[in-house]
Amino acid sequence: MKLDPQLPGGAIQDAWTQRRRELPLISPINKRRFKVLVVGSGLAGASAAATLAEQGFRVTLLTYHDSPRRAHSVAAQGGINAARNYQNDGDSIERLFLDTVKGGDFRAREAGCHRLAEISGAIIDQCVAQGVPFAREYGGTLANRNFGGALVSRTFYARGQTGQQLLYGAVQALLRQVDAGRVELLTQRDVLDLITVEGVARGVVCRQQGSGRLEALTAHAVLLASGGYSNVFHRSTNAVKSNASAIWRAHRRGAAFANPCFTQIHPTCIPSGDPGQSKLTLMSESLRNDGRVWLPAQAGDARPAAAIPEAERDYFLERQYPTYGNMVPRDVASRRARERCLEGHGVGPGGRSVYLDFTDTISREGRAAIESRYGNLFAMYERITGSDSYAEPMRIYPAPHYTMGGLWVDYNLMSTVPGLFVLGEANFSEHGANRLGASALMQGLADGLFIAPATVSGWLAGHLHAEVNSDHPACQAATAVVQARIDGLGSSGLGSGFGSSSGGGRSCDSLHRQLGEIMIGACGISRHAEGLRAALAQVQALEQEFAQELRLPEPRVGRNPELEKALRLEDFLQLAALMLRDALAREESCGAHFREEHQSADGEALRDDVNFCHIAAWQWNGDGQEPLRHSEPLHYRHATPSRRNYR
Amino acid sequence: MSSTTIRLTLRIWRQEGPQQPGAFVSYALEPLSPDLSLLEALDRLNETLLMAGERPVGFDHDCREGICGACGFMVNGQAHGPQRATSVCQLYLRHFRNGDTLTLEPWRARAFPLQQDLSVDRSAFDRLLAAGGYVSVNTGSAPAANALLVGREQAEQAFAAASCIGCGACVAACPNASASLFVAAKLGHLALLPQGQPERQRRSTALQIAMAAEGFGSCSNQLECAAVCPKEISADWISRMNRSG
Ligand SMILES: Cc1cc2nc3c(=O)[nH]c(=O)nc-3n(C[C@H](O)[C@H](O)[C@H](O)COP(=O)(O)OP(=O)(O)OC[C@H]3O[C@@H](n4cnc5c(N)ncnc54)[C@H](O)[C@@H]3O)c2cc1C
Ligand code: SF4
Ligand code: FES
Repeated sequence: MKLDPQLPGGAIQDAWTQRRRELPLISPINKRRFKVLVVGSGLAGASAAATLAEQGFRVTLLTYHDSPRRAHSVAAQGGINAARNYQNDGDSIERLFLDTVKGGDFRAREAGCHRLAEISGAIIDQCVAQGVPFAREYGGTLANRNFGGALVSRTFYARGQTGQQLLYGAVQALLRQVDAGRVELLTQRDVLDLITVEGVARGVVCRQQGSGRLEALTAHAVLLASGGYSNVFHRSTNAVKSNASAIWRAHRRGAAFANPCFTQIHPTCIPSGDPGQSKLTLMSESLRNDGRVWLPAQAGDARPAAAIPEAERDYFLERQYPTYGNMVPRDVASRRARERCLEGHGVGPGGRSVYLDFTDTISREGRAAIESRYGNLFAMYERITGSDSYAEPMRIYPAPHYTMGGLWVDYNLMSTVPGLFVLGEANFSEHGANRLGASALMQGLADGLFIAPATVSGWLAGHLHAEVNSDHPACQAATAVVQARIDGLGSSGLGSGFGSSSGGGRSCDSLHRQLGEIMIGACGISRHAEGLRAALAQVQALEQEFAQELRLPEPRVGRNPELEKALRLEDFLQLAALMLRDALAREESCGAHFREEHQSADGEALRDDVNFCHIAAWQWNGDGQEPLRHSEPLHYRHATPSRRNYR
Repeated sequence: MSSTTIRLTLRIWRQEGPQQPGAFVSYALEPLSPDLSLLEALDRLNETLLMAGERPVGFDHDCREGICGACGFMVNGQAHGPQRATSVCQLYLRHFRNGDTLTLEPWRARAFPLQQDLSVDRSAFDRLLAAGGYVSVNTGSAPAANALLVGREQAEQAFAAASCIGCGACVAACPNASASLFVAAKLGHLALLPQGQPERQRRSTALQIAMAAEGFGSCSNQLECAAVCPKEISADWISRMNRSG
């Protein structure tokens, strides 16, 4: 497998301009001859589809949702970064670029990070023009907040619902193109496979949720913007149906998967109480500005928080990190919380949470101050847990939140399958081993508004292949593969139908819960070789169990949500194995990837720039075969690799 | 978090598909933690049904945190159930009493055809927005962001209107199945911002025509919509829409 990142030469500041100049153009008349398929209507997919349609391409957009407005971008709370220096506090493109490279712990490409910082300002312009109601100062200019430990205020926001407002802006632009007849919007479609013809991506196979019918859709280029894969951990801050199927099936068709083990855990989530709980809800990190994290000093102390005297409380982050205290980065906060809980200090059901206490701030600044800052978060916490955080401390615990890994793409966002582009959280791109807060929305929109429209167009200029129809042998073959998969699910078990369901004795949910437990234990906040190896064996055994014991409702045509879940879970099981292999192979600690074998005497991550300053890109090698690991070396010419130190 | 459990009976509208007949079926749930949400209770019921060889209950959901707008059905005759400003995915069992029976029914509106059980097709909302619920600006042609000043109050009001999640509860609660609150919120959001001005009149006319064409009823000021809205979109937006045409 050849990994050519297509990096631009010359000065980094001019690289993107230069690249755009080099990309061939297509005449407006000719653009209409090209069809483009976009999978996903989140920030990345909706903005790419709208922009390509504005340029004159014929676009089809697919989403599993019933409406494009429901893509999980809608849930982003905190904000979106841009190097605008509106606050005159010393921000610049250069600074955002360096922050992104450092934040990613020197595991991302410099050229890509620089481009992201460069484009960030134009994103805000575009969103404002679309009517996104960002927060404003009294004088009418845009407001900014400080976010994710940055030294400058560069985060634009719309109350606690920035993702929602950005998504609606992007979706409205999309619907405008739908109305103009330039975008065909196909909702309630599960994309289940990629169609390639002579090695080039030419379409997808999807299942219509209502009828269960399989369709082969074709185009001259395919763009995947299907979001992240945190649900491999079963419960995460993602939506319940967020999935990896589109990228996983593309991986099986030849697209390399980069850094699958780089997944981010968010420290301030509402912990789980009951096994039936379906998701973990994120609460804004800003809470750590005013809340103090603590646990009982005595392991196993079961007294309620209020009954534990001050002297018997351990404010462990403040104790371990006197300078940064409760504001240490996400991964550090998460790791320390997990350690204390494993040592028996945790509180709440199963001892799996830590206190976040606002008592001091409330007595210092008054209840009203807290209410104005966090009123909506306190209300959300109370709605979910039934507990009043003005009166008793919140309980929080880290939860899987974001996946830096994803399909490998070159500088033009093209995967190792020609004609297959990957955008947004679905690609591995610019966040390296750790993503900065408020940078995912920025990346999704950079990809969709500006990068892909230029590079996809540039690629198409040389590739006006003949149209492929849905009766092309490649389409028929791919559809047959999907049909066989659907027919085969759960069928190696008890076989014959039982009532209106068939198969064995395990529900999809119970298998997914089990996968989540394995993955969060071995491949979550903290990893070690022995645990990863054991987990790999467990995941493989679970895959067997899935094949033999899965129970599904019949018939498999028509609306069948259990079948949709099972198809997603099958892909998560395979992806889980790859994540474990990747975590095993990366014998270092970097960013969110913490290998216990690679830490300093005081428990901090030890990166290995001699052996691992590269992107790992995995090649699918067939069912039952070990995948192949390739690497793309990284070079730092502007940022000097340094070691993080928060002590 | 409480440690006791709660027993509930769910009386659910079951209808396999749009062409099949439907009827209510009652299910006694196993004792559950009151810290589960109503949708999580449905998850549990579905797992039980599946293992018993029955078809699980179809219902819409995704984010499970009150922001995607996918969930929604009637609980005891109320859209999204009894809690104010709460979508049904955020409705927790602790708000019910041990032994309660809850009747769950899909949104009933001509413009929202039934798909299965509690799930309906709300694509009409997207067609309304496609008719003009946007600002016509191509990527790349935007002026510098701070060139357009927007007062803080005004931005906050526009935000309040724009926070509608498109769940359809307002339509379900309205005796006329009108989409006025949904449409008025979108018109209000864009009308408050300078970016929305050039197309203001055209947008308003287009959306109101589309609303009738999709089979939504007209507004007779019953205000049931605002009462059930999980995002507390105010009925004042409807008055504004009617004033400014
Ligand atoms: C709770 C939460 C809070 C966050 N807060 C912030 C924040 O404050 N700032 C920030 O920068 N980032 C934040 N993030 C991260 C950020 O929101 C996401 O990374 C980003 O929105 C992803 O956008 P996307 O367009 O790549 O994918 P998504 O928005 O997830 O969209 C995926 C799309 O793909 C479709 N799809 C997926 N699979 C299939 C399939 N198989 N077939 C058909 N369609 C499919 C879906 O229907 C959907 O339309 C947050 C994330 C979460 C979960
Ligand atoms: S106005 Fe309220 S009830 Fe109606 S769709 Fe929007 S959020 Fe739902
Ligand atoms: S599931 Fe998203 S709003 Fe209820």
